[in-house]
Amino acid sequence: MSSISIDDVKRLAQLSALSVSDTEAESLRRQIGDILGYVEQLNEVDTTGLQPTYQVSEVENVTRKDEIKDYGVSREALLQNAPETENGQIKVKKVL
Amino acid sequence: MTISDVQKEIAAGKAVRTIVEEAITRAKADPLNAVLTVIEKRALARADEIDKQKSQGTVTGRLAGVPFLAKDNILTFDSRTTASAHMLENFIAPYQATVIERLESEGAICIGKTNLDAFAHGGSTENSYFGPTKNVADDERVAGGSSGGSAVAVASGIVPFALGTDTGGSIRQPASYNGIYGLKPTYGSVSRYGVVAMASSTDVVGPLATNLDDIQLVLDCMKGIDEYDSTTIDISPLETDTNKTLKIGVINQSMGEGVDPEVVEAIESKIKDAKKAGHDVTFVTLPSLSYALAVYYVVVPAELTSNLARYDGIKYGEAKSAKDIAGVYTNTRTAGFMDENKRRILIGNYVLSSGYYDAYYKKAQTVRTLIINEFKKAFEQCDVLVSPTAPTPAFKLGENTDDPLQMYLADIMTVPASLAGLPAINVPVGTTKAGLPIGMQIMAPMKKDYAVLRAAELWGDK
Repeated sequence: MSSISIDDVKRLAQLSALSVSDTEAESLRRQIGDILGYVEQLNEVDTTGLQPTYQVSEVENVTRKDEIKDYGVSREALLQNAPETENGQIKVKKVL
Repeated sequence: MTISDVQKEIAAGKAVRTIVEEAITRAKADPLNAVLTVIEKRALARADEIDKQKSQGTVTGRLAGVPFLAKDNILTFDSRTTASAHMLENFIAPYQATVIERLESEGAICIGKTNLDAFAHGGSTENSYFGPTKNVADDERVAGGSSGGSAVAVASGIVPFALGTDTGGSIRQPASYNGIYGLKPTYGSVSRYGVVAMASSTDVVGPLATNLDDIQLVLDCMKGIDEYDSTTIDISPLETDTNKTLKIGVINQSMGEGVDPEVVEAIESKIKDAKKAGHDVTFVTLPSLSYALAVYYVVVPAELTSNLARYDGIKYGEAKSAKDIAGVYTNTRTAGFMDENKRRILIGNYVLSSGYYDAYYKKAQTVRTLIINEFKKAFEQCDVLVSPTAPTPAFKLGENTDDPLQMYLADIMTVPASLAGLPAINVPVGTTKAGLPIGMQIMAPMKKDYAVLRAAELWGDK
């Protein structure tokens, strides 16, 4: 399982919206292979009858009233970080 | 430098403006690259405000006039917050993190932001877009990380305390490498509103300082439920029974193979001291602990890749142009992330992908349950558990940069408490013959942060 090919790396990169060169793909293949090889020791562990833990504080379903609340954050302050804006809106390239 | 030193100076009549100006001067000099941004105007305005209150006799707040620094993944209103990443190089925080709000409401003054591994991915602060922070004891060695800037800022005396974040050791390990205290509080006990997310099931904000009183004071000012962060919880109150004999468990596996002999020796000598003082010391083995690092390097990449999906060059961040929207995403992310960020994103997406999810992600989260159960069992017999904070003292700059797996091994002692949500502290326990700081880690059950601090008093400077 731990061997990962250059094509795997390139496909993963594409799915992650990252572009990698051939040289980068080769070094990533080796490094990711090492790391996956290391984590595969988990297969030795007997976990029969145990459930996974996704969060530890046991807090569940914290709800609040569905009301608009002023968090003191201004529209201008939020928009100043947007790469492109027009008429108080974030501008994006055509999606469809 | 301690918080009470600063408070004594203020009580003796020194202007808060002068105290803040001096701290800013030190932050600007900063020969070890601990500080990324100095927040001068706002800090001085707040200093003047406190001086005015002082002249009117209306000063309140447990940290009135005390300057501090915050890791640059914590939002500070209207100033740059970069997470040490090119992606956020020019990001101006549109609101303020709850932790900063709470400290400011106690009169503390944030004078700037500290260096980290980009997006907190790393254990040396070498993955910063703004260059590495250097160790306080030896400038050819790493600061540790990812809160390396905060650790060095405190250890080099720029400010009495700083804030860090800890996902797998990022407060404790740099505190250890630089010879100061660093507390990772119980998971959920400190608000993360306004903190750049890394791994949501382990990220915690905590203090770094030169003594335990300061750690406790800053924790007291920050902790507790925040309506803006629905994952927050309250910790157990301070116990007043301080004369109690402690049951201390030393983690067997942490004292053996792969651990620097000088580190082992330093911890053993502290254990002897505790025995001499009448405390009850036992050695405990937690068999699954040796799998904690493997669990961590599945769970954390999985969570962080999800958290980093928001960096697409649309809403904020350093956008790179392209002819279509998919190209904007790819060009922005390729330019904005560091190599280590990319490595972790790819691993995260690999272990979450269909066909591998059960084998990697679900398996790791199930071994996590086993680790948590073993901790619970150990805490039936022990009040606290101790181990070294890191297997070695600070390593040389560049020594591990081409070998990510070797770099990850520096976190081997600290990740178990992160996976289990436990409070854990680094206590400085001396130096190697070469003068490099050594740290000891103390862990307690969830919500028993004060038990960690009480135990640390056995060995520490209060």
